Amino acid sequence: MVGELEFERPITELRKKISEIKEFTKTTDVDLSSEIAKLEDRLEKLENDIYANIKPWDRVQIARLPNRPTTLDYISYLFEGFFECHGDRTFADDEAIVGGIARFKGLPVTVIGHQRGKDTKENIRRNFGMPHPEGYRKALRLMKQADKFNRPIICFIDTKGAYPGKAAEERGQSEAIARNLLEMAGLRVPVICIVIGEGGSGGALALGVGNRIYMLENSTYSVISPEGAAAILWKDAAFAKNAAETMKITAPDLKELGVIDGIIPEIKGGAHKDVKKQAEEIEKLLTTSLQQLLELSKEELVADRYNRFRTIGEYSIMNDYIGVN
Amino acid sequence: MALKDLFTKNHPKKKKYATIPTETAKNDVPEGIMTKCPSCKKIMYTKELTKNLKVCLHCGFHFQMNSRERIDSFIDEGSFEEINENMMSKNPLNFPDYLEKLEKDRLKSNLNEAVVTGIGSVNGNKIVLAIMDASFRMGSMGSVVGEKITLAIEKADELSVPFIIFTASGGARMQEGALSLMQMAKTSVALKRFSEHGGLYISIMTHPTTGGVSASFASLGDFNFAEPGALIAFAGRRVIEQSIREELPEDFQTAEFLLKHGQLDAIISRVDLVEKITNILEIHQPGGELAW
Repeated sequence: MVGELEFERPITELRKKISEIKEFTKTTDVDLSSEIAKLEDRLEKLENDIYANIKPWDRVQIARLPNRPTTLDYISYLFEGFFECHGDRTFADDEAIVGGIARFKGLPVTVIGHQRGKDTKENIRRNFGMPHPEGYRKALRLMKQADKFNRPIICFIDTKGAYPGKAAEERGQSEAIARNLLEMAGLRVPVICIVIGEGGSGGALALGVGNRIYMLENSTYSVISPEGAAAILWKDAAFAKNAAETMKITAPDLKELGVIDGIIPEIKGGAHKDVKKQAEEIEKLLTTSLQQLLELSKEELVADRYNRFRTIGEYSIMNDYIGVN
Repeated sequence: MALKDLFTKNHPKKKKYATIPTETAKNDVPEGIMTKCPSCKKIMYTKELTKNLKVCLHCGFHFQMNSRERIDSFIDEGSFEEINENMMSKNPLNFPDYLEKLEKDRLKSNLNEAVVTGIGSVNGNKIVLAIMDASFRMGSMGSVVGEKITLAIEKADELSVPFIIFTASGGARMQEGALSLMQMAKTSVALKRFSEHGGLYISIMTHPTTGGVSASFASLGDFNFAEPGALIAFAGRRVIEQSIREELPEDFQTAEFLLKHGQLDAIISRVDLVEKITNILEIHQPGGELAW
């Protein structure tokens, strides 16, 4: 089965058994309906049990599923008349980021997001959703356009990270990301960011300076991949599972740390099981969130975003330190 | 002692073969009077090197400077007043061994965190200054580094004076997870506000400036400068080599490489730094016959 994950195996096995028995009853006269009912009861319990105790590493696996819905999938369900705009006006069109104008329940908006491919061919074209500087510059161009025409901005975050390549460094990957952080801070329209898959470090943050930041329940947001952290910490990428727990990269962890504003519940097993239903969940939250932000004036929106990030971080004050002098 | 031990032939300490000095031994001159340049391998008096602001007298190689040396070399004598020096990291993720590592670096570097901030003057021009120090956790940015830099930017805003930073950092601090990542955004929103108020911000990148620091405030100066030979990068060289599977040019991700690719205003030698920065600070003050 496509997208079957290790931790889900007991569920799929039981489900298979049930369908086998059902097949069997069709061909014979034996009545097994009470047994089937019992098994289905057990299946439901098992599902509830497994999905309620989902581990960080399992979430990483779900977030990385090739068939996990992408930015364009959600756009088609959430917005009317999406019109994609291409290019950064300077160098190229980076297909690892898509963006354009659309309507959300009639309200004109600008939508931007990282875009993975659905298959190898598309992934090569979209560089596996890992942008080059021109991708971030395209995003910024569209944000400035939204600012000019007073359109709220909705960003979907879904990337392993900014692409680590020679050309990317030559064209200023650092500067492109940094510029977005700075300029997003000054946008005078509501900015809502939603992490829908992997939120990989600076490459994710470059679309992430919003008034509100939400995460899908099984998405991740981190400063370094679990594999990368494990390689540094335990000198072995095989410890990624441990790192996924230690690094606090899941939606519930980040809500607790105050990094995000809310969690969008996923349907049982993950967003890929039913994109339409998942889009409905996102729509609910987008609606209330936009309603709140549209109440604010331009200055209030900028101040709101400033305060949103200004308060992040934990530290203490030590009194007996003498300083460099 | 047995009689046979008197004969050198049986002496256990005698080396059987001539030893060839290892690569590290060749470069390693005992600390103290003399210092060997890791670039041109020439040996010079440490005193003379220090007097030359830790720039090699022969080839111009820039040795790393810590925050104290930087203050001494850049700020008018006696004008530096440190701020927020008593801020200290916590362990928000309960990361294994993090607090121990911090304590070790505190003792080693005699610093409380990886950045020193304060108010001072350069040839009489008042500024707010932040100096990152690579001797503390590789200059990595966690909550405290982000907060101190943000407070320094806000201080410059409050005093209406320029903000100057010397960056030196391995990037975001892994042990504070997403909180470190968010410091990139925090410092950037503060810089935006400072910029909107017309504040002058000068970023001077020193060796090394990488990852989350290069991808936030380090790249956002009204003027972006670097010291000669400094490594400035977003992604690590090895990561890139693995992802593209080709050899990278030797000067890849150096200050010179960045200048060539349009990412820097200039590379400034430490020897000329005070003079050049003074000039920039003064040009941003109203004056002259045609003042308007």
